[in-house]
This record gives sequence, C-alpha cells and structure tokens, in this order.
Amino acid sequence: MRYVDEFRDPALAAALIREIEGVAHRLERGRDRPFAVMEVCGGHTHAIFRYGLEGLLPDIIEFVHGPGCPVCVLPMGRVDDCVAIAERPEVIFATFGDAIRVPGSRKSLLAAKADGADVRTIYSPLDALALARRHPDREVVFFGLGFETTMPSTALTVLRAEREGVTNFSVFCNHITIIPTLRALLETQDLGIDGFIGPGHVSMVIGTEPYRFIAEEFGKPLVVAGFEPLDLLQALLMVLRQIEGGTARIENQYARVVPDRGNPQAMDAVERVFETRPVFEWRGLGSIERSGVRLREAFARFDAERRFAVPEISVADPDACRCGEVLTGKVKPWACPMFGTACTPEMPLGALMVSSEGSCAAYYQYGGVRQPHADATPHAPKSLEATA
Amino acid sequence: MCLGIPGRIVAIVDEAAMLATVDVSGVRRTVDVVCVAAPGHPLAELVGAWVLVHVGFAMSVIDEEEAAATLKVLAEIGEAQAEIEAIRTGSVELPAAAS
Repeated sequence: MRYVDEFRDPALAAALIREIEGVAHRLERGRDRPFAVMEVCGGHTHAIFRYGLEGLLPDIIEFVHGPGCPVCVLPMGRVDDCVAIAERPEVIFATFGDAIRVPGSRKSLLAAKADGADVRTIYSPLDALALARRHPDREVVFFGLGFETTMPSTALTVLRAEREGVTNFSVFCNHITIIPTLRALLETQDLGIDGFIGPGHVSMVIGTEPYRFIAEEFGKPLVVAGFEPLDLLQALLMVLRQIEGGTARIENQYARVVPDRGNPQAMDAVERVFETRPVFEWRGLGSIERSGVRLREAFARFDAERRFAVPEISVADPDACRCGEVLTGKVKPWACPMFGTACTPEMPLGALMVSSEGSCAAYYQYGGVRQPHADATPHAPKSLEATA
Repeated sequence: MCLGIPGRIVAIVDEAAMLATVDVSGVRRTVDVVCVAAPGHPLAELVGAWVLVHVGFAMSVIDEEEAAATLKVLAEIGEAQAEIEAIRTGSVELPAAAS
C-alpha cells in the first residue's frame, strides 16, 4: 500500500500529540481522575505498546486495555477440551500459532504436541482444510477462535468443505462476538471508562452501526481506529474532542478499510454457518449471555463438539490471578501479585501473559509502567521508532 | 490474530473457486476473495487492487482515496499547529507599516 509509511510519520504524530495536549489541557481543569479511554482490541493494545504511545500522552489521559484478545479470554476448560480432542490418535489438530501456548489446567496444546499429539500450527483455516484433503484417513480439527474478524474465514472454510464434500474436517468453535461483550462491560457498575477506541478489523466485518447503542444508551463516544500510530492518535483525539464537546457519537477513523455497513459477504457467511450460544464463558469475566457462537444444526457434521466427546468442564482461574480486573481496566497488570514473578511470557499463568496482544504480555515486554509526563518528549515522539 | 496485512491482487487463480494470488511484501499466496468480490462482476476486475489480507482471506479492498484524505487532514493539523506556533513565538514576518 502506498501509504503505509506515511501513517508512521513522526512529524504528523508530533502535531497530533500537540492537538491532544491542547484538548487535554482544557479538559483537565477541575478533574480529579484521568480520562480513561478503552481500546477494546488486542491489536490496538499491542500497537500502543509497540510504538510507545502511552508515554507520549499527557497524564490526564489513560489508555485502558480491554478484553479484545480472543486468546486471552479463552477459558481454561476450553483449552482442556482442545487438548482432549488433540490427544485422540486419529486427530490432526490445527491451530493458529497464538493459541498453542495458552495454558489449560493439565497442559497447553504445545505440551500436548510434545507428548505426541499431532498438533499443527497453520496460518489459515484453508490450510486446515488442505490438511484434511491430504490426509483422508485422519480427522482434521480446526481450532476456530476469535471475534468477528476471524469468524467469516471459519464460516467460509466450512462452506467450502461442504461444497467440496470433505468429510474429515471439523471445527472446534470458540468464536466470540464483540457487541454483547461491550454491553456486559458497560453494564458493569463501577466501570470508569469515558470513551472507546473501537476495533478496526472487527468493524471491517460488522461495520459501525452495531456500536450505536454505546453512544445512545450509555452516552459514551466510540471511534473505530486503524492500527498505525497515527490512526490511534487521531482516534484518541476524536474521542477527546467528543468529550470536550459533550457529545457521544460513533465515528470511523479507519474508513480506508472499514465500510460503515461492514462486509455483506462476510456477514452472510457468518449468518449461514453460526448461531448464537445462549451463554459463553470468558476467562476472567465469567459467563456472558449470547457472547459466543456455535455451528448451526445444518452443519453438525463439521462441528467437533458433536463429533467428539469433550470433557466440557469449567475450570476456575488460579485464585491469585487478577486477569478479570485487568481485562475490565480496574487494575494495571503490575498490581497482580503474579505479574513478572510466577507469571511471565515464558511460563504464563494467566492468559493475558500468553499472547503478544494480551495487556500483561505487552506491559512485560515493553516495560509499560507509565512514566511521568516530564520524561516524555512530546514534540519529538522518538518512541514511535524506538520500540518498533 | 486480529491484524491483517495489506497485499495486492496480482492474478486470479480459479474464478469458480474464488481464489486469487496476492502479493504481500513480495511473498505470494493464494487467498480466498469471496469477501471482496463484487456480485456480478468478473474477478479479473480485482487484479491490481490493494486488499487487507487476514488468515488467508481478502477481507476488504483498501480505499487509497480514503487513506490520502486521512493523511491530508492530519497534515493540515500539522500545518495549523506550525502557524499557531509561529504566531505565539512572534516569528511571523509582519508587513512593514507604510510610511
């Protein structure tokens, strides 16, 4: 793309930061706590740390890292189910690389692989389907995981498998959906979030319309953003300007990729293949109504949960882990007694330490303990390059 | 997992199966283009288009005009800020008073 470099231009970033400082200066009078802006998407969390954006902002503004990393919110019991399927001798278990190290109560998929299970890391669900074609004598199970960004790719792969008459392919479906999750978050009593940066690639699929309730019912602004430093800074400025103006609207900073109405072909595939589960369990957040999907009855033969007996045992998170409070922005990762001691990226205890999109892993990797504003150099955002 | 990467469609592999070759920073891969295909139009029209590729699927055509428009707005913020800065520091050359 012609414009990739331009969206990392330090001079434009410096100009945006000055604008943000200007709004922040006007907003901070009489304010006794920072303005909390939650980025919902794990990809945003990763980008914020990678480019050191937090350190460039005035103290009155705080990013809160929300529950948008699907690997991080996968409950331990579901990982145990994955391992149980993967350990069957006839199964080739195909997973995205992000998920292979997530700890279950017994072991991770990586540990299962070390113990002899046939676990393969793939880039695309289409690769899992190709494995099924290549190994007609085996059962290939794809670990379907993620929000609406990855949901269409799973749905389209199931539709392709049906079209091609592939019979040894199935999906262990753990897809989750963003809107009920945001509603559950907003209904949390003591949630002190002033605005949201909306996920870029989820919105590429669902559009901007489904977020409208956030502005209309809860009076919070949301700006859908891309993943480059300028995207995030501009989206933050748009949120702050709404706060300053006393308005709450849904805006789209990422219009070059996100159509306001989403992607009809992707939504159609999702609608055909999936139905909402009455309830789905999230790690650290408990059960959230209508927040997960499963394959429809018409696609039962592609549903690993129906084809293989899985334990389906709910496993409580370790007592000392504060994943839930970190996910809802109530505490920072370093407030967890396990952070950096019992729980590290090499030996993760809580899921937020596993994926690079998890906020604990991001804080650990990039040393993201917020520095006082005096340490930042707002007119020369060197962090944009320094940590990239 | 939720990040995509921009790539350019360079060839159609299989029109019926909706598969195309996409060049992502010099690496070529077959991707599914169902989500970016305009109904009723041949896939060949997509050759040359920039798309966002996510786990083997082209999920969105990237609108270069929108990208340029966003950058233009951002550049204007920079220019306005420079002007304000210049006024504040008094470095703006005022026309000499007529004498």
